[in-house]
Amino acid sequence: MKDPDGKSTLGDRAPEAGRRFNWGEAIITRLIQLSGYSAIVFVGLIFLFLVRQGAPALFETPLAELFGTRWYPIEGYFGVLPLLTGSLIVTVGAMAIAVPLGIGTAMFISEIAPRWVREILKPLVELLGGLPSVVLGFLGILVLSPYLRLFLDLPTGLTALAGSILLGGIALPTIVSIAEDALDAVPRAYRDAALAVGATPWQTMWGVTLPAARSGVLTAVLLGMGRAVGETMAVMMVTGNAPVLAVRLSSIVSPVRTMTATIAAEMGEVASGSPHYHVLFFIGMLLFVISLVVNVIASAVVFRQRSRSERILS
Amino acid sequence: MDKIVVDNLTLQYTDGTESLRGVSMTIPANAITVLFGPAGGGKSSLLRCINRLNDLADVKTVSGRVLLDGVNILDPATDVVALRRKVGMVFARPVVLPFTIRGNITYGLELMGIHEAARLDEAVEQSLRLAALWDEVHERLEDPAIALSGGQQQRLCLARSLALQPEVILLDEPTSGLDPISTGKVEAALQELKKDYTIVLVPHSVQQAGRTADFAAFLLQGELVEFGVGKDLFTRPSDQRTEDYVTGRFG
Repeated sequence: MKDPDGKSTLGDRAPEAGRRFNWGEAIITRLIQLSGYSAIVFVGLIFLFLVRQGAPALFETPLAELFGTRWYPIEGYFGVLPLLTGSLIVTVGAMAIAVPLGIGTAMFISEIAPRWVREILKPLVELLGGLPSVVLGFLGILVLSPYLRLFLDLPTGLTALAGSILLGGIALPTIVSIAEDALDAVPRAYRDAALAVGATPWQTMWGVTLPAARSGVLTAVLLGMGRAVGETMAVMMVTGNAPVLAVRLSSIVSPVRTMTATIAAEMGEVASGSPHYHVLFFIGMLLFVISLVVNVIASAVVFRQRSRSERILS
Repeated sequence: MDKIVVDNLTLQYTDGTESLRGVSMTIPANAITVLFGPAGGGKSSLLRCINRLNDLADVKTVSGRVLLDGVNILDPATDVVALRRKVGMVFARPVVLPFTIRGNITYGLELMGIHEAARLDEAVEQSLRLAALWDEVHERLEDPAIALSGGQQQRLCLARSLALQPEVILLDEPTSGLDPISTGKVEAALQELKKDYTIVLVPHSVQQAGRTADFAAFLLQGELVEFGVGKDLFTRPSDQRTEDYVTGRFG
């Protein structure tokens, strides 16, 4: 191979370049190694900090009271159950909305829509995922909650339901985008094969394409859930912020307060080092553990799928 | 007896790649008809017209007729699902569905609404025997189908089509990924099957075309160059282009 000016590009420079390349190789390997380890170190440090600030809550506040049903920090009641149930009800509601809608949208984009619709829809959905949640919260306050109040005849529209709908909307782009990728990755041959044995398009989608993509779809759902659990701003704006134990069915149309919203709302006003301060960090620890569990389940599911197929192939 | 009649079939894809131009031929029942020629000649397109799998691709125009038992299947009113049960298809890469060996065969039947275990078991055994796979897998029907070897997977796909009791079997380069022994097994199975079925095969080599063809059609760039009895076409081709291709001067 020759350069335009006649120098050989391979023979002459290769040995020298090879030696220098090795240096660069070593440095870059170290750098990548360093950044890889630093991610682990940072997560570890964050957890350590959380534990250092949050663990005293376990000693300052009796356990029975910590997991009690009353959250009145000013009077010294630090029961986190209302917040836990608040987060739970809002998240479950959000998932009930976002999962069917998200998988349905993903199936539509990947299986039904003609190519040009798909080329518009997919980036649009992903753009939706980039909307700041404050903007959505704003819409929630001004548009969503007044409607809810009118339609359901409630004393206030700022309820768990409003939070669920909004969170559903926030989790939706994540679910659609990842589930669509998973469906799209299913080999076209699977569809042909199912159709060739006389499956209708719907039977093909439901019976073959979706099961073939199930680990990706499940990852999508779990990541969407992670997004919903961790969301703060939008829920704080629309859920009414009443730390009431949400255990009845009617709780879905009452104001609630989530763990994230509590931390965001109260952290600014709390005296550093006080029992209240430590309980807020304790809530942070709980959130950390919850999202850890969700992620571990997600990767365990993916891992199980992979190891199963590896076992089969070996 | 003419099972399938292709009448002046013209097909164009939206990106203009592969197409058929005015193809007319008759495919007889109880014989292996081979569609061969270099890549891009329209073999797969023609094959996929016979079970309307081209509906999924980006087809710009289709004109002409494809008659199956005298009925034009390109008619928009055709029940495509029923058609595909009558016209089974096996693909180049064995596509086992993500189920068990048994599940792969029963899938199509269950879609037809057959759920009685006895009937399903019978169909599984019968179709696996026809595809010459029964002896190798009958002890592990509940294993994932993906665990089979490539050749076994391809015969499983054949069995899957056979379970629906089709009248026509389309095979699109069914042995392109298989070793000679597996290829031999598939070809032997086809020779048995042609007694009861109409078989249309796109072979992956001229040699296979020569080995298997009762009738052969040579397709070049979307045009049907020559169609005739297999023996004649491979020994005394009437068209110069067929002779050049068969003797290996191009392609």
